[in-house]
Amino acid sequence: MKPEPRLVEVRRNVLKHNDLVARELRARFQREGIAVVSLVSSPGSGKTRFLESTLSRMNSRYRVAALVGDLATENDAVRLARSGAPVKQIVTGTVCHLDASMIRSSLEEWHLADVDYLFIENVGNLVCPASYDLGEDVRAVLMSVTEGEDKPLKYPAIFNGADVAVITKMDLCEAAEFDLESARANIQAVRPGLRVLCVSAKTGEGMEEWMEYIESLTPAQK
Amino acid sequence: MHELSIATSIVELAEEEAERRGVRVVAVHLTLGQLSGVVTEALAGSYDIATAGTLLEGSRLVITEAPVVVFCPACRERRTLPSVQLFQCPQCGTPSAEVIEGRELQVTALEVE
Ligand SMILES: Nc1nc2c(ncn2[C@@H]2O[C@H](COP(=O)(O)OP(=O)(O)OP(=O)(O)O)[C@@H](O)[C@H]2O)c(=O)[nH]1
Ligand SMILES: [Mg+2]
Ligand SMILES: [Zn+2]
Repeated sequence: MKPEPRLVEVRRNVLKHNDLVARELRARFQREGIAVVSLVSSPGSGKTRFLESTLSRMNSRYRVAALVGDLATENDAVRLARSGAPVKQIVTGTVCHLDASMIRSSLEEWHLADVDYLFIENVGNLVCPASYDLGEDVRAVLMSVTEGEDKPLKYPAIFNGADVAVITKMDLCEAAEFDLESARANIQAVRPGLRVLCVSAKTGEGMEEWMEYIESLTPAQK
Repeated sequence: MHELSIATSIVELAEEEAERRGVRVVAVHLTLGQLSGVVTEALAGSYDIATAGTLLEGSRLVITEAPVVVFCPACRERRTLPSVQLFQCPQCGTPSAEVIEGRELQVTALEVE
């Protein structure tokens, strides 16, 4: 006769390994005095262009570096490297998000003590990156005015887990008939109190406020 | 979609437990928070692929979805959110961003024989 199955308690976190690596990275970033900012959004929301503008603005005053994740191609790294900052592409292949181990191994050849700010552009995806801590200080979630105001309601996990929201491509606001107030209300519904910045990497609108926000991360979190 | 890689991690974890305990696993019980970033249906759909050719082949994945619980600063109580589209206290309407539960992605138990 077959024995009756019995239940044994286990209680183990499935992403424990990632969480441990992220914790180790966070401690290392703190030790080396680096502020780390990651960017998440759906594909094409303007992460790379926003980062290009950010790096160019910061490059003369700070030592900035960037990691960029994509399923394929090194195009985004080539674009970002034009700013003069050290940039490394992480090609994830079939993996739809960055994880902490990928960050750790791509930092191996870098001397972190020489960096003030590290930016990490995640793979364009509003679902999977929500599960993976990368050891960053700040996670910025971007949404562009051409994507509709209800993105936060469709992807509450990623908006809830963010530290700042950035509405991009504001120069297209009118053409896209984007309702900014409704977008703000949706963000607040899924993450009360979340700071919202409105920018256009094209015209430079809002970039000063973003710079102030970034600069406020040091030395407090540094 | 990262559900297949999540399913693979679950299988590896369960295989490790099975070997250590010297048992055969017939079902894995998983708690999935509504903010875990993992889609229940996609994960359930990946499980058979992830278990194929492993010690877990033929086993079941039993998923319990865990709602989001926040701390209401006005009531000073834990409150379960009826919807993840609205982070406010269902009793008094005060917004709350203080998530206590809902991010779980945890193997809670194994059915073994
Ligand atoms: N008008 C306008 N277009 C923008 C702006 N920012 C980005 N774009 C355009 O939007 C398109 C996508 O921008 P990217 O910066 O490549 O977007 P991304 O989020 O990095 O895309 P992935 O890495 O593929 O997910 C490009 O054609 C950009 O030129 C902006 O502020 N205004
Ligand atoms: Mg990009
Ligand atoms: Zn309340």
